[in-house]
Amino acid sequence: MKNVCSILAILALAAAAAWSSAGRAESLAIRNCTWCHGTSAEGYTPAPRLAGQRASYIENQLVNFRAHTRDNPLSKLYMWGAAANLSRQHIRDLAAYFSAISPRAADDGDRELAATGRTIYQEGLPNSNIVACVACHGPEAQGVRQIPRLGGLAYSYLTRRLEQWAEGYHAAAGPPMPGIAAKLSRHQIEALASYLSFIK
Amino acid sequence: MKAVGLQLALPSAIVAVVLSAGSVSATESSAVSKREVDAKISYCQDCHGPQGQGYRGFYPIPRLAGQQPQYIENQLRAFVERRRPNPIMSNVAHVLRPGLMAALAAKFHSFNPRPLGGAPPGLAAKGENIFLNGVPEANVAACAACHGPEATGVGEIPRLAGQLYPYIVRELTYWSKERGQIPSKPDTSVIMAPVAHSLSRPQIEAVAAYLSTLRK
Repeated sequence: MKNVCSILAILALAAAAAWSSAGRAESLAIRNCTWCHGTSAEGYTPAPRLAGQRASYIENQLVNFRAHTRDNPLSKLYMWGAAANLSRQHIRDLAAYFSAISPRAADDGDRELAATGRTIYQEGLPNSNIVACVACHGPEAQGVRQIPRLGGLAYSYLTRRLEQWAEGYHAAAGPPMPGIAAKLSRHQIEALASYLSFIK
Repeated sequence: MKAVGLQLALPSAIVAVVLSAGSVSATESSAVSKREVDAKISYCQDCHGPQGQGYRGFYPIPRLAGQQPQYIENQLRAFVERRRPNPIMSNVAHVLRPGLMAALAAKFHSFNPRPLGGAPPGLAAKGENIFLNGVPEANVAACAACHGPEATGVGEIPRLAGQLYPYIVRELTYWSKERGQIPSKPDTSVIMAPVAHSLSRPQIEAVAAYLSTLRK
């Protein structure tokens, strides 16, 4: 009987351990994210791809959704609620989880605009005082630290985000993005978004 | 009399034409509207920070605040002439007219924000020692001898105080690949080459950490 008890105790401990790792995955509420962001987190209009995004960027965005700093209409509608009850640990775990998934390019921009977009991204337009995106977002638009990966994001998401800087919405990032994006014309935004959407 | 008058009038007319032509070309190259200057400053600020404090992008974007104007202008010309090849800054500098360069240099010299910070802790004391005393056994002179005891620089010698840690590390590591790249046009960067070569990686990191915290 005593043996049975200790076997049961061991089994219970083992089960608890297994349960806690399953529980941890469950606690990440990944399914709550993938309803909108796609089952493999590759994005699903209008929710952006999270796969391969910089972990620090995801963390920073979730913190700012929770704080109601990032305030464009869809953020208010979906992400404020989604982030409301996330603990700091939840946020770190979600960011680590999604950043580790390998990203696929959306490939949905206008191919004819991609060359113009490439010039703006890689070289800037010095005569128009438009800076080269590559300085911060990297030569393959891969991002770094809290600076997001842009390569392969969806055309519609990129165009909206670039437009919103000039529309007075707030975002997690302060300077320099509002000033930079406000200088871009509609055509330049479409060209950039096209170029970026094709980057693997 | 009439002929004499003509003779006198002609050279003075020529002089007048030459003078006015000279002044026209001078205004063309140097007269820059305030609007143009402001737009260009805002463009520089997009990357180098609203107060020129620098920014950590994918590449470290250096602090320009408090920088010596002569150094800024010399570097802008170095980007144009490819003495300092840099794909981003060459594009930027190529379209700057001479009048603009001076205005930008003066503006960024006038800023004095806090250093951006972000250096690894625990290196500054070692860095301060190298900065003030050099590394005698490696034949490295005290940095302070040229850059000044407060690292504020003078003329073409740059201010280093408050400069970004990753930027200083990068520049000292790749000095001879990034500076003075036109042998027929040697510039002040040649002075730094032996120093940069003689410093070890830990010494570079220590000096960079010390400088990145300096205020004035």
